[in-house]
Amino acid sequence: MDSRDENREGLGGMANPGRYGIERVAYWLMRLSGLGLLAYFIGHIYETSSILRGQVGWDELLELTGSPELHVMLVIVIGMCVFHTVNGIRVMLGHGGVGVGKPTRPDYPYEPASQNYHHKIAIYSAIVLAAIAMVYGTTVLFGV
Amino acid sequence: MRESHIMKIHYGTALASVGLVAVHILMRMADGYAESLEFSNVVANYQFLPYAGLLEVMLILISVHGFNGLRIILLELRQGPSYEKAVSYGCVAAMIGLIAYGTRTIVMVNMGMI
Repeated sequence: MDSRDENREGLGGMANPGRYGIERVAYWLMRLSGLGLLAYFIGHIYETSSILRGQVGWDELLELTGSPELHVMLVIVIGMCVFHTVNGIRVMLGHGGVGVGKPTRPDYPYEPASQNYHHKIAIYSAIVLAAIAMVYGTTVLFGV
Repeated sequence: MRESHIMKIHYGTALASVGLVAVHILMRMADGYAESLEFSNVVANYQFLPYAGLLEVMLILISVHGFNGLRIILLELRQGPSYEKAVSYGCVAAMIGLIAYGTRTIVMVNMGMI
């Protein structure tokens, strides 16, 4: 049991983004953005139920969600949403065999064909698109 | 259910959600962000049956995708027969709870029970 446990890194191993390059960062951001979006979704379902308290309840909610702090949170949600979508499409295409290269005999220096520039460009594109969406979200929410 | 089938559901719900969320956001942007959130506007949205249907479908798709994603993350962290069973059943229960809570809001506002 001990020998099995000593190889188990748990959350620390999963959250370590620095070991395997941009693919590992994408893996980490995908899970982080997924958890963030799920938390936002649960909060969104709960907050919209305040409409059942009529005009007063709804206006109270709008007052709360109109604060700068929650607008900043919404901008982060926009970024997470765009990254999760674009990187998710990349992952789906990769699972379908798109952009992962052809299988070849493993010769030294063992460069995996699947970790090629197609996927690296897609990951960087996802990050850039998320940043652009966050800037756009800031202009809409803060009116700048 | 086989994991390969679950992944197909995961990807299917993801693609469908992207399209529907785009419509949902465009509805907010079409009238202007602040105006579209006014009480009368939101109630009118809920009472427009096709839009209420879209909200319900979106609720189901995102809940299925979100809680299956959470299940996958938790199963990556740790494995074991009882742990895996607890995570899977826990995520299904949470998903059903969230869908029920959201559906209650949609149905009650749609039927004018506010």
